[in-house]
Amino acid sequence: MIYLEAGQYKTTYEDDQAIFPIAQDRYLVLAAVLVAFVAVPLVANEYWLQALLIPFLIFSLAAIGLNLLTGYAGQLSLGTGGFMAVGAYMTYKITTAFPELNILLVFIFSGLIAAAVGIVFGLPSLRIKGFYLAVATLAAQFFIQWLFNKVAWFYNYNPSGTITAPPREVFGVMVTGPEATATVRYLVALSLLVLFALAAKNLVRGRIGRSWMAIRDMDIAAEIIGIRPLPTKLLAFAISSFYCGVAGAMMIFLWLGSAETLAFDINVSFQVLFMIIIGGLGSILGSLLGAAFITLVPIFLINAPALVGVHMEVALERHIESIVFGAMIVYFLIVEPNGFARFWQITKQKLRRWPFPY
Amino acid sequence: MTHRRTMLAGMLGVVFALVFIAGPVAAQNDQFFPLLVYRTGPYAPNGIPSANGFRDYYDMVNKRDGGVNGVKISWEECETSYDTKRGVECYEKLKARATVVHPFSTGITYQLIPKAAVDQVPLWSSGYGRTATADGTVFPWAFNAPTTYWAQASAVINYIAQQEGGMDKLKGKKIAHVYHNSPYGKEANPTLEVLAQKFGYELTLLAVDHPGQEQKATWLQIRRLRPDYIYMSSWGVMGQVAVKEAAAISFPMDHFIGNWWSASEAEVVPAGSAANGYKGATFNGAGPNWPVHQDILKHVYNGDQAKAKENNWGEVLYNRTLVGAMANLEAVRVAQKRYGNRVITGAEMRWGMDNLDITAARIKELGFDGMMRPLRITCADHEGSGPVLIQQWDGAKWNPVSDWIPVMRDVVRPMIEQSAMEYAKENNITPRKCE
Amino acid sequence: MELLIQVFVAPFLDMAGSPVFLLEVIINGLLTGVMYSLVALGFVLIFKASGVFNFAQGAMVLFAALTLVGLIERGVPGWLAIVISLGVMVALAYAVERWMLRPLVNQAPIILFMATIGLNFVLEGSGQIAWGSNVKELDIGIPDASFDVGGILLNEFDIYAALVAAILVAGLAVFFQKTAVGRALRAVADNHQAALAVGIPLKTIWIIVWSVAGAVALVAGIMWGAKSGVQFSLALIALKALPVLILGGFTSVPGAIIGGLIIGVGEKIAEVYWGPVIGGAIENWFAYMLALVFLMFRPQGLFGEVIIERV
Repeated sequence: MIYLEAGQYKTTYEDDQAIFPIAQDRYLVLAAVLVAFVAVPLVANEYWLQALLIPFLIFSLAAIGLNLLTGYAGQLSLGTGGFMAVGAYMTYKITTAFPELNILLVFIFSGLIAAAVGIVFGLPSLRIKGFYLAVATLAAQFFIQWLFNKVAWFYNYNPSGTITAPPREVFGVMVTGPEATATVRYLVALSLLVLFALAAKNLVRGRIGRSWMAIRDMDIAAEIIGIRPLPTKLLAFAISSFYCGVAGAMMIFLWLGSAETLAFDINVSFQVLFMIIIGGLGSILGSLLGAAFITLVPIFLINAPALVGVHMEVALERHIESIVFGAMIVYFLIVEPNGFARFWQITKQKLRRWPFPY
Repeated sequence: MTHRRTMLAGMLGVVFALVFIAGPVAAQNDQFFPLLVYRTGPYAPNGIPSANGFRDYYDMVNKRDGGVNGVKISWEECETSYDTKRGVECYEKLKARATVVHPFSTGITYQLIPKAAVDQVPLWSSGYGRTATADGTVFPWAFNAPTTYWAQASAVINYIAQQEGGMDKLKGKKIAHVYHNSPYGKEANPTLEVLAQKFGYELTLLAVDHPGQEQKATWLQIRRLRPDYIYMSSWGVMGQVAVKEAAAISFPMDHFIGNWWSASEAEVVPAGSAANGYKGATFNGAGPNWPVHQDILKHVYNGDQAKAKENNWGEVLYNRTLVGAMANLEAVRVAQKRYGNRVITGAEMRWGMDNLDITAARIKELGFDGMMRPLRITCADHEGSGPVLIQQWDGAKWNPVSDWIPVMRDVVRPMIEQSAMEYAKENNITPRKCE
Repeated sequence: MELLIQVFVAPFLDMAGSPVFLLEVIINGLLTGVMYSLVALGFVLIFKASGVFNFAQGAMVLFAALTLVGLIERGVPGWLAIVISLGVMVALAYAVERWMLRPLVNQAPIILFMATIGLNFVLEGSGQIAWGSNVKELDIGIPDASFDVGGILLNEFDIYAALVAAILVAGLAVFFQKTAVGRALRAVADNHQAALAVGIPLKTIWIIVWSVAGAVALVAGIMWGAKSGVQFSLALIALKALPVLILGGFTSVPGAIIGGLIIGVGEKIAEVYWGPVIGGAIENWFAYMLALVFLMFRPQGLFGEVIIERV
């Protein structure tokens, strides 16, 4: 009943090709965006924003980026952390060199540089496939981390070797730096995420997205029908790295405020990969849900004992969190191997008929 | 299958809803210390004794004196696993009541330095964190007393000169710095380079990548180079592997000196007999034979020595956090003298820390006599330039093998001020005036 | 120009200048490579027989070593502790098969990979709950003295480690080639369905493979744990095994050994001769670059099965 699309007639091609052809979807997404933009800033406290929501938004963007590459174009990548680092360090470098430049523009420039780096490390993808391709992106991951640690130019020769987000204003509002309020940083991150998620959604249903999927499903067949593998794969690497680069810049400038290269280590790459697998490969919504799962569930689990009034040693709490989280992943995969995206599809299917059995 | 899906959906729904219930803890009527500890993960062997030191000292003061001037002390641990991102959550959860925050990790310290200033919570990164925070004019809210990495490096060079019989003997000596390839590990490099120019020793810098379980290449280079001294800035598993490798190439262990995070039980015990003779810098005495340890034994462990030892009682890192905890409570006392004997806020605590002066007499009174040197923090100097002690592992315990060695403040302080000024310029900070 | 000379000429002159030292670097590289292979072997076994890239291999090394040290600390004699630890690893294999692999049979490799991530968290948590997170010394009586052979310094422990690895690989090779179970394992690796059709019990095979991988993890845990103490960092050596694994090919036992040797020698030479020029600590990424270069010529790894694609 709820998801009944009977009676929604499409009379124009535009209607038929809308991003959300079903009215319910449209309203749902609109409502979610409205809540996120209006209701959340009104009620959220700093803990929600800083500890839960901002990291969720940032990792969502990174997950979308990786999903474009791995989920849509079928190229496994373990270099996400490295590409995020490129975005962060380049943003720092550009904004300290040109303090007047709008910081959001700087994010975009840094994303472009990350895209260029992505192309370089994407080159081997023409020859190496599957799990083996991980070696190219792992090389990127370790090399980039080493580079930003070793070459002092990237952190302006400061003896601590770390980068710090300097205060920057956009239209008179402090967006980065310690004085920027969590609400502002949240709204900026949210706007960027909505913008890029929309772009990604459009990208994957157009010519580019379809050629990616063709390459993913069988690259030889795709080649035969006239899709050139090299530009297609490299474009996937470029766009994916662009997303990751912007996410990395957001991580330092809108969330952590200051960091060393360790913040972008191999664990970040793995985490983002977990997000898209558990969220659903080849799904934008799945990327968001996966990011929510991987960033929020551990925080819930570690706070859960205190919520129900049980006090135990922090180490024990942490271990239990780890065990339960691991067990949840396995259980989730057994119940729904194809991730949250598929889960959501099935739910929709159910809601279409509900409450009637047939 | 269907009901399993429904169950799963319900479960996840509950999780996502409930995660928002957790949140900051409200203020209460006691002096609250949040402790961002790491008792799990790759750095747990260093994290556990550090965490226990704080816990035991606060516990002891509560039980022995009933708190600080009648104000009870309370604390809460939050597990970070040495992960910056987890540290954010811990800090946000606990900052509302915080008297002072101990980030316990370099990454989290960097992240909190700008943040804490806005939230008006003082940061105490004792002997770690960003060296430039020693300049209190640019970093009013961050403290890294009693001394910094740069000062430490200068003291170690001082010590080497003492061993060789004078500063002029350093000329032509080969010194290698084996360091953890991270901002922390690199901290000492600029100081060592400046001093190399000044005193004419030959400096070789050898980086070891995280985590550092495999260091054959580094020690091959050392074998070829045959340096006269090795100085090491290690962290975690890197330390004990380096100690073992040094022994394997028969490097004279008494010419191998670790910095204060590279010379605790966690580095030498797992290395076994290979570690005998290994030296390390420190700014606090080791072992349980100080009066304060007897108080802890009596009040916290009811005289049960085995249990106390299990909780790292008397280990290097344990003692280090005892000193830190004591300095914090002294700062609370200073603040109470001005604001009254009540719970001190973060801002008042900063004033207390700015005016902290722990004299030799006071150290004796508190049962730390000989374990640490007098410490004086001022508005401009958040470090105190405390002297450094060299200790040596004899297979069972750490023994001091030097006097308190002065740091070269004349060399280090200008570097700190310059670095702080650069930070201030980049982040539009106007340094405050200090009289 | 000066930099070019430093990068392209000076290191080679250096090598030619002291061939004994070069030999020492190479031998040490080989010995290190063997240690990497020990970890990589566990990955290969599981990937070969069940097509699972086992993310939890590092955690299994940690878990096995923690169990062993925990038992020894509680006064269990060494040999008995090893037997019990092996028993624990077999029990673990059984549990993994029963609660993880069986319900996930026929899923895509990436899903199975994700499931092993879940296993990884469970093992990390439970291992530390049972035995604590503090560092423990592991001394199993392997001598650790160094000796000099014609100016080349060697360490007894490294030699023993190489011996252990050689015995392990030989044993595994015999096991795979000569025994009935081994043949069944190879059949399963080739084709699950065909193996089932001729009556090979898939479940038993999986338990066996995971048990053997658990035993290999225990050996790796002992050798690495003796070097660095048993603590959480042991789980991180899986990262050092990754380039070895990719270079050797996911499905080849000899590949894991040869890959280890190549990576070991390659990264030591790079670090010793080129490290000082460009700043040091280049081992980690150099290993991947080296593997990448090899893969450009053989995309399936040195000894991996050739990937045949049909439209």
